[in-house]
Amino acid sequence: MNRLRRSLLFIPGNSPGMLQNADVFDADSIIIDLEDSVSIDEKDSARCLLKELTNAISYQNVETIVRVNPFETKYYEQDIDAIKSLGIDTILLPKADIQSVKDLDKRLSLVNSRIKIMVLIETALGVEQVFNILNATPRCIGLMLGGEDLCVDLMCERSKSGEELLYARTRVVNAARALKKSVIDTPFTDTSDEEGLINDTIFAKNIGFNGKASINPRQIHTINRIFTPSIQEIKYAKRVIEANEKALKEGKGVFSLDGKMVDLPVIKRAEIIMAIAKNIGLVNMSGDNHGN
Amino acid sequence: MEINGYKKEFELYSYGHGNKKQKKVQTTKKNSSLYKIKKSVSDLLDEINIQDGMTLSFHHHLRNGDYVLNMVIEEIAKRNIKDICLFTSSIFPCHEPLVEHIKKGTVTQIYAAYISGPVANAINNGLLQKPVIMHTHGGRPRIIESGEVTIDVSFIAVPTCDQKGNINGSIGKSACGSLGYAYTDAYYGKHTVVITDNLVDKLDEIHIEGQFIDSIITIDSIGDASKIVSGTTKITQNPIGLKIARLTTEVIKHSGYFRDGFSFQTGAGGTSLAVADYLKALMLQEKIKGSFASGGITGYLVDMHEKGLFEKLYDVQCFDLEAIRSIRENPNHIPISASKYANINDDCIVSDLDFVILGATEIDLDFNVNVTTTSIGEIMGGSGGHSDTAFGAKVTIIVSQLFNARIPVIKDKVICKTTPGETVDVLVTERGIAVNPKRSDLIEKLEKTNLPLMTIEELKNISDQLIGVPQDISFTNDLIGVVEYRDGTVIDFLYKRNENEEK
Repeated sequence: MNRLRRSLLFIPGNSPGMLQNADVFDADSIIIDLEDSVSIDEKDSARCLLKELTNAISYQNVETIVRVNPFETKYYEQDIDAIKSLGIDTILLPKADIQSVKDLDKRLSLVNSRIKIMVLIETALGVEQVFNILNATPRCIGLMLGGEDLCVDLMCERSKSGEELLYARTRVVNAARALKKSVIDTPFTDTSDEEGLINDTIFAKNIGFNGKASINPRQIHTINRIFTPSIQEIKYAKRVIEANEKALKEGKGVFSLDGKMVDLPVIKRAEIIMAIAKNIGLVNMSGDNHGN
Repeated sequence: MEINGYKKEFELYSYGHGNKKQKKVQTTKKNSSLYKIKKSVSDLLDEINIQDGMTLSFHHHLRNGDYVLNMVIEEIAKRNIKDICLFTSSIFPCHEPLVEHIKKGTVTQIYAAYISGPVANAINNGLLQKPVIMHTHGGRPRIIESGEVTIDVSFIAVPTCDQKGNINGSIGKSACGSLGYAYTDAYYGKHTVVITDNLVDKLDEIHIEGQFIDSIITIDSIGDASKIVSGTTKITQNPIGLKIARLTTEVIKHSGYFRDGFSFQTGAGGTSLAVADYLKALMLQEKIKGSFASGGITGYLVDMHEKGLFEKLYDVQCFDLEAIRSIRENPNHIPISASKYANINDDCIVSDLDFVILGATEIDLDFNVNVTTTSIGEIMGGSGGHSDTAFGAKVTIIVSQLFNARIPVIKDKVICKTTPGETVDVLVTERGIAVNPKRSDLIEKLEKTNLPLMTIEELKNISDQLIGVPQDISFTNDLIGVVEYRDGTVIDFLYKRNENEEK
């Protein structure tokens, strides 16, 4: 199963105070940003800071992702040179297309780097090519949808309800699922609208995203909660798996639980829920749940 | 150890302190005079024959908006009176004019539970002739009721007073709500003076009865209303503070004391208020109702009371306008005296607390807490009710960021012991929760959850790795203060910093 990525938190790469505390907000991944949140005159100092940071701090229980500048900018090469040997997990490649992913893969392969690639799909062309972009290299572990830039490319307004992103969202989810890779939804940028965040995140979960990116630590708890199976879901999943094991022992192909037939998709869903629950420590050996 | 100006025989801190009971002096005053109203402070000072060396008391309900203390001391200074001891409940930045009176020897000693601003700086610089006595909110009434200190004149700033001297704090243009710290001053001052900007014919709702009041003076304004209470107190928006508040609420939930009838106290800091907010959601979700919330009361606790989540509010001081409205309107929002709140010799509310949420400037590996000085050893705060509530509550939770900028909260030893570690149960930080090893019951319960439990040593190691260990602070032998625990034992001394050695 893919690494757990319910929440991915962007942290500006030029903010030592925020970088120091990046791993305390319970985000599954942190994205140290060298792109949009770092002004042109601080690009070099952000790279230096990142190097010092990875030497000094080892983030606990969190995936470390770095968003570099786009392939077509002059900063891209400098970014990759600076970070290709650092102890980070993943590079987030903005405005990704097939050419840029292959270039990044080549640069990383030349130094035998184990760093993975996540692609940021935020152009109309990127949406149309998403399957091939994801499939360009095994190093690519998934994608993130970038709603703001995509809307500029689509020449439409970004709305809270997000109708304008419906096609892109369903298309990227389908491509990622087809290739068994992670698929992360775009951030909800109004950090004072908790209800809007909840609705947007529930929608993302319901159409198949693994998780959601965020630009504010205050959103992480809500995003995690929505992408974490509920106590009832975990209990039901546990019962499905136990009933399935019993049915297998008794040689039954199909069985019923609470009066409903349980078939393979239900069992697979139960296994996914239990895997997530175990991954985040919600299930101990006896299966008791102490979710918070 | 002989301390100039500190005459009390003191008992140095030792383990197991805090239960020393003293006989309470009974108040007998019954002044029913109809001629209490005086023309001015100046006239009154002439009449009562103010003298060198007297002890004068003031309360801090007008907080950083108080005009009364400065006005009275100014009048006393004009008379060339010297060697005054101020028996205050707290000193705020608005009391800056005191610094000049300290320099000139008008004021030579101060008692307070909390001091911030220029007066604190003056004490840090060694300007006060005798050591400042840092007591607690519960210790203040004990000191007076036991006869350790005698108040010669109490000056009681009052938002509304009637012709007989009956007092109400919740009405008038300078309303501050509960007058919890003023009861001691009214009951025990040899001469008691009310200073008000709202004299009415007759009060129906009375906080302190007129029989305890000898004189009444009206002035234009007792304080700056905008600085007496906040318009609203707000929860933190800092994501680290919110995480700490969420973890704290989980500790409460799983502690074994979160059940119908539980009691709760929290301060007005942003993180503490966030705990109240999350706790409200938890109580609604779990259908748990509490018996009372106490202490300084904020709009958040009022909201919980009005939603039926806490049956009563015991209020020693109001922190915001909502609290003042509530104390006027809600019969179960009850004003209490500082003695009833936290005096060890009284049947005090803090002894019935289940949970208290408190802050810390420093906490050490023995869970001792410093809220008296800054991390460089300069007085900037004080116990207030910190050590009183920590002693009383069944679960005392310290909430703090592990470090702020490059200043760590966990030290090997605190610079000043405000609250002894044996009364502190849990430290909640953004990177983990440490439970005092003596609370094996809490450890056992919390280990069954997925909360990030670690030892305080482990938390300190994380902090040290991230920001390093700060340089030790060096002090001279010049004593500037004495820290008195709630039962009168001396638990620490404050010395002037040796800045030359640090350079």
